[in-house]
Amino acid sequence: MAVNLVRGTLLRFGRQGGYVALQRRGFADAPQMAFTFAAPNGVYYNNANVKQVDVPSYSGSFGILPNHVPTLAVLKPGVITVIENDGSPKKFFVSSGTVTINDDSSVQVLAEEAVKVEDLDPSACRETLHWAHGQVSSAATDEARAEAQVAVEVAEALVKACE
Amino acid sequence: MPTLKDISVRLKSVKNIQKITQSMKMVSAAKYARAERELKQARPYGEGVKAFYDRAEVKPPVEQGKRLLVAMSSDRGLCGAIHSNIGKAIKSEMAHSADNTMIVCIGDKARTILQKLYQKQILYVASEVGRKPPVFGDAAKLAQAILSSGYDFSSGTIYYNWFKSVVSYRTSQLPLFSMEQVMQSEKYPIYDSLDNEVMQSYMEYSLTSLLFYAMKEGACSEQSSRMTAMDSATKNAGEMIDKLTLTFNRTRQAVITKELIEIISGAAAI
Repeated sequence: MAVNLVRGTLLRFGRQGGYVALQRRGFADAPQMAFTFAAPNGVYYNNANVKQVDVPSYSGSFGILPNHVPTLAVLKPGVITVIENDGSPKKFFVSSGTVTINDDSSVQVLAEEAVKVEDLDPSACRETLHWAHGQVSSAATDEARAEAQVAVEVAEALVKACE
Repeated sequence: MPTLKDISVRLKSVKNIQKITQSMKMVSAAKYARAERELKQARPYGEGVKAFYDRAEVKPPVEQGKRLLVAMSSDRGLCGAIHSNIGKAIKSEMAHSADNTMIVCIGDKARTILQKLYQKQILYVASEVGRKPPVFGDAAKLAQAILSSGYDFSSGTIYYNWFKSVVSYRTSQLPLFSMEQVMQSEKYPIYDSLDNEVMQSYMEYSLTSLLFYAMKEGACSEQSSRMTAMDSATKNAGEMIDKLTLTFNRTRQAVITKELIEIISGAAAI
């Protein structure tokens, strides 16, 4: 009996504690965004709070602000712009990947490759484009052609990002 | 009673083994340092992939559909119970329900453990794993092989060793879901403007990312575990050398004493 009573109190107390914590989170002053931007070659943001993120996707490029409607998207080769809280924009080139926006306003951008735009070498990018065009014309099978076309798409985006 | 020669041969071979285990420890220490550095970067990546499944509250199907178990091991042994733990986890899962389940073995070690019991249920074996640190391209090839195998599973599990610290790891599981399963989840409708094509690419990419993440965790656990295993092997060899040296010296002394007795008693007899 006594054990039951104690357990009941604990449960009630625990529930109350949780409620208070939830309330606190809900009434934060500014809308928060837990932004994660990672690639196998590095992590750029890990649950960071940023102002805005612009992503290129196959269903159209779009900007993400805090409390964006939950959605999923697939990244297109192009430039991701992250506007940090102090308003300074940071640009990253991504080859492909996914964007996940969840209902708790957390945003995950997972890229296959991600590099800072300023680290790109314009002449190397143009060379890659040239090489990719060569691959398309020399492709023997349909599969190889499709692969080469993807390479062209990425290379074109690379060249565009450098300009 | 072993002769002096026997003991010295034994002593020499133990010393050689110790040299080997010691250098293996050094090698895996260097590999571990790299694996851990890379794992640090891969972790947020893996968490990011998992976040969607957690938030969207995707649940495994109520009725048993086709299932896929992925055993994340490697080709190389001498690393403690890393591979056998994966095998054990899969065996206990298979003991519950072996029907409608296929296994994908990553690394030869998982295959050796599982092929005796479940030869017909092994869908695919990836070898040449563990020689080099895993890269995203490896995971992509693997995902491609799983997707093009023609086995459309409704749910699945990746068994891998989650890296905790240098001395400990935990055999853990990552859930895999099919597209239908995600679409049936309660929270799926709140996600905006999704078409099938986007969903399909998303699912394929997230499978690859999960595999990549599990590979990274597995590789790091393996190297750290090998380091510990080789360290204790070196220690054990050291103890053995001490004991053998002692026996060697005692035997030598015994031989000298014996010879002296022979000479003295020979001289006394004259």
